[in-house]
Amino acid sequence: MAAFLLRRILQSLVLVWIVLTITFFLLHLAPGDPMARYEHPDISPETVMKMRGQLGLDRPVIEQYFIWAAGFARGDFGVSFRYNRPVGEILAETIPNTLRLTVASMALYVLFGLALGMMSAARRYSAFDRLNTIVALFVYSIPSFWLALMLIMLFSLKLGILPSSHMQSLDSASMSGIPLFLDRARHLVLPAFVLGVASAAGLARYMRGSMIDVLREDYIRTARAKGLPERSVLLKHAFRNAAIPVVTILGMSLPFLLGGAVIVEKIFSWPGMGGLMVEAIYTRDYPVVLAVNFVVAVMVILGNLLADTGYAVLDPRIMSKETGR
Amino acid sequence: MEKLLEIRGLTTEFVTSEGAAKAVDGVGFDIGAGETVGLVGESGCGKSVTALSIMRLVQYPPGRITAGSVMMDGRDLMKLPEKQMRRVRGNDISIVFQEPLTSLNPVFTCGEQIRETIALHQKMGRRESRLKAVEMLRLVRIPDPEKRYDNYPHQMSGGMRQRVMIAMALSCQPRLLIADEPSTALDVSVQAQIIELLLDLKERMGMSVLLITHDLAVVAQMADRVVVMYAGAVVEEAPIDSLFSDPMHPYTEGLMASIPKLGERLERLPVIPGNVPDPLRLPSGCRFSDRCTKRIPKCLIEEPPLFSPAAGRLSRCWLREGIGR
Repeated sequence: MAAFLLRRILQSLVLVWIVLTITFFLLHLAPGDPMARYEHPDISPETVMKMRGQLGLDRPVIEQYFIWAAGFARGDFGVSFRYNRPVGEILAETIPNTLRLTVASMALYVLFGLALGMMSAARRYSAFDRLNTIVALFVYSIPSFWLALMLIMLFSLKLGILPSSHMQSLDSASMSGIPLFLDRARHLVLPAFVLGVASAAGLARYMRGSMIDVLREDYIRTARAKGLPERSVLLKHAFRNAAIPVVTILGMSLPFLLGGAVIVEKIFSWPGMGGLMVEAIYTRDYPVVLAVNFVVAVMVILGNLLADTGYAVLDPRIMSKETGR
Repeated sequence: MEKLLEIRGLTTEFVTSEGAAKAVDGVGFDIGAGETVGLVGESGCGKSVTALSIMRLVQYPPGRITAGSVMMDGRDLMKLPEKQMRRVRGNDISIVFQEPLTSLNPVFTCGEQIRETIALHQKMGRRESRLKAVEMLRLVRIPDPEKRYDNYPHQMSGGMRQRVMIAMALSCQPRLLIADEPSTALDVSVQAQIIELLLDLKERMGMSVLLITHDLAVVAQMADRVVVMYAGAVVEEAPIDSLFSDPMHPYTEGLMASIPKLGERLERLPVIPGNVPDPLRLPSGCRFSDRCTKRIPKCLIEEPPLFSPAAGRLSRCWLREGIGR
């Protein structure tokens, strides 16, 4: 197991480096210039040239790449062109916010996806299953930005029970303990719902299909023949087998959640990496784009690594193939 | 002999697009305490469905038990609430299936799958049930049972897996073991070992056995009494010796004739002409009439009841009408 993980981590490091290198050159190939916003009648071209020199933008792209790469390898993400602050500092402020949203929506995603899928499979073709199918397809077909706006309209404007934006109330500085936690949780409900539950519809369909396949297996009949209650048959014998193919989907869905977070963060004015990324791309803030890209790449690879590990833990046949037993 | 199980008029239907097909059509026979009854017939004659019906393991949809009773200890198993029926399964009646390769759950160790049954019915703790499970593995002559306990099914051969299934089935000392083609899926040399093992365990534990097979040689070796099924119905019942010396139904005669005999040279082995009828399109009159070599006009008009031409014998054939009733 340890060797398997080590090998995967080393492979992943190489992969991350390749992703970042490609991003670097693509950014420089793309039209646009980080200095474009200084083109102003009051700023002389000489000043802009001087700034260009200070940021190292006047050197050949290859040289810029090596300077950036050398810093990056030492853990120095560079300085944001736009904010004139170390990128590391900016990330340290925004990553926890994005993680809070992602973890909450991932939890909702897994919980709703697996539970609804299993319940549907167990009561196949029942009224519950049919209703579930219709609702799932409906939610699955709705673009998340539209769903977000509709929910804001309903819960924030009409009913006024949930905040429409930001991570906490303006007066939250005076709160602590449980009131602060509740305030933050209230702000989390709508964005996490849009991000997590809406995608859960897809996961539930996979889980339902996988579960229905497993419920046809001979060993399920064996479990029933032992006299096990239906609850144990479903939750112990069927679930673990049905979860094996679904774990792959879970690993692949992490990038989708992160990608969705960009839009959802923008709509809900969530001070996370998504909003930062969008701004950085508009202003060609290369160091920020690269650093955010790095974080996302690591998360995606981590998601896949977790999925592969989960796969091996759930299915003993995989580990014995790895160790050649 | 004291009766353990009395099956009467058992009827199981499968819903198809063309209507309800009676896979088991009014089947009735007894199983005495400590007796081994062979249930014989071609593939698709309803043997396995009969076994699953006794344990109420026929999955609905598409299957459904529509009539009949199975009396055990003065209770009708067909009318028992599901919760009480679960206490019968694996405890009073257990079953060994045909496919050892797919009947064990691939993600749990073999030992755990036996232990679970013991813990469920015998109200034992984890350690105690584990010891009992190891003892069961030893009983079915799996070498090195403490080590094999932690093996997953894919780490065992077909024969070993069938031993695990037998250990699981016998772990709560059932009074009836249903063995559904227990050796059919195995290599010939392993088949003999499994039959040998079942004979030995039956001797030691004294339970009744319902042995389902299409292999008359296995029946001759193990059974005290034989029930022959054709197209969902019982066509003949007889003690083992008299069945072989004096079959009383043309179908049974056909089955006997198609066994190759040692020291006999034949150009072609005699076969029963035609195929088993589709349960949705049974011939009028006797269900064997379209393939029978001894057919008389009455056979095409009226279905014969079970006649009793001699003590302890039953035959569903008009040719036996009125003889020694």
